[in-house]
Amino acid sequence: MSGQIDEGLRSELQRQGIWVTSMQDLYNWGRRSSIWPLQFGLACCAIEMIATAASRYDLARFGGEIFRPSPRQADLMIVAGTVTKKMAPQIVRLYNQMPDPKYVISMGACAISGGPFKQGYNVLKGIDRYIPVDVYIPGCPPRPEALLHAFMELQRKIDGQKLTGDNRAEHLNPAQPSEFPVPAFGAHDLEPPANPDVFEPPKIERT
Amino acid sequence: MFLSRRRSSAPDVESLEQIKGGAEAAVPGAKIDIIPNPGPSQQSSLLIDNEHAAAVVKFLHDDPALRLDFCSNATGVDWLDRTVKKTVKVKRVIDGEEKEVDEAHEELVPGYLEAVYHLYSMTHKHGPVVIRMRTVDRAKGARLPSLTPSYRSAEFQEREIFDLYGIRFDGHPDLRRILMWDEFQDYPMRKDYREPDDYEYEPTPHDDVLAKAREHYAPRPYLDGAENITAQPQ
Repeated sequence: MSGQIDEGLRSELQRQGIWVTSMQDLYNWGRRSSIWPLQFGLACCAIEMIATAASRYDLARFGGEIFRPSPRQADLMIVAGTVTKKMAPQIVRLYNQMPDPKYVISMGACAISGGPFKQGYNVLKGIDRYIPVDVYIPGCPPRPEALLHAFMELQRKIDGQKLTGDNRAEHLNPAQPSEFPVPAFGAHDLEPPANPDVFEPPKIERT
Repeated sequence: MFLSRRRSSAPDVESLEQIKGGAEAAVPGAKIDIIPNPGPSQQSSLLIDNEHAAAVVKFLHDDPALRLDFCSNATGVDWLDRTVKKTVKVKRVIDGEEKEVDEAHEELVPGYLEAVYHLYSMTHKHGPVVIRMRTVDRAKGARLPSLTPSYRSAEFQEREIFDLYGIRFDGHPDLRRILMWDEFQDYPMRKDYREPDDYEYEPTPHDDVLAKAREHYAPRPYLDGAENITAQPQ
């Protein structure tokens, strides 16, 4: 384990032409270098996501260029755009169909909180009401650089994940659910309006 | 020729009179009112009675001089119950003498739902002719005749009106909700619709949102609302 290798010894060995690594580092390096996003977009943020994947911004530099059209082959869900209440159950279902380990980037004001449509009757006030989110990107829409930054943040997170021990990565913990209940279409709203196991309304200090 | 051939020229009230006359002559029993629009757009409209709407619209569509062959837009309007103040001259006996007196009284106009269609002619390059139909009341089963048999393009738009306003269109081939899910029971564009209370966090609430936010948070009188401005903390 990387924690057990003396950092000074490792760099000394590296200087002598010997590269020492650990199973965990190798495993995380492989995972973070080939994050395959799920290929779907919801609104204008998707246009920025497409630009990020295209040649000018080139998500391929970070190993994320292979957008998969099937959730079975995807590691990352980029929720790019407004999640309407009619679409929300399908998003949760797609998330449930992704294999572990899986990550979610909530891209743009709409996916975070409903954004400019927050007071509307038909828009979900943030995808984190139903599924856990790893990285939030503010912006309306965020620029491709912001998505790249979020991608690098996610890579940093994956790099830091432990394979064993008490604080090992969530997907290695058998008690951690990998599927979440799909909300049902109700008479007036989605039922339930939020999953209390995942979502807690933010407590703001009103001073 | 009822309308000028100028491109996208809306008919003025005079030519609407002609259209009304032509339609009423072609469809016996049809009752058409002209609703003036004094605004800058000058788009006055024809109010068509529901019973003869299908025949009147068929006339507008088929008449060689009109040929309104394209329905570009159909939308709904919700009119709540409202009171109109009217002054009426009433004869009254005052001091043993009969006099005409102005008397103000309020009249209740019951609410209704309205469907508005904008018709153009691709053949003659004129329009729009705006037509309206009104339901009897705002009840859940409010009905209007469908114009989809005459205009295929009205099909989805009438579904949208049904979805958001709850007007049922008789004669529509496939009247289902189009935007909201099938299990949904409300009509969100009606003025008395109350959306579900599903947002908790509001950093800078004001107006309606402030009233809503107050249900979630303890009041902060020195920040919310001018009425509490004197109640600043010591």
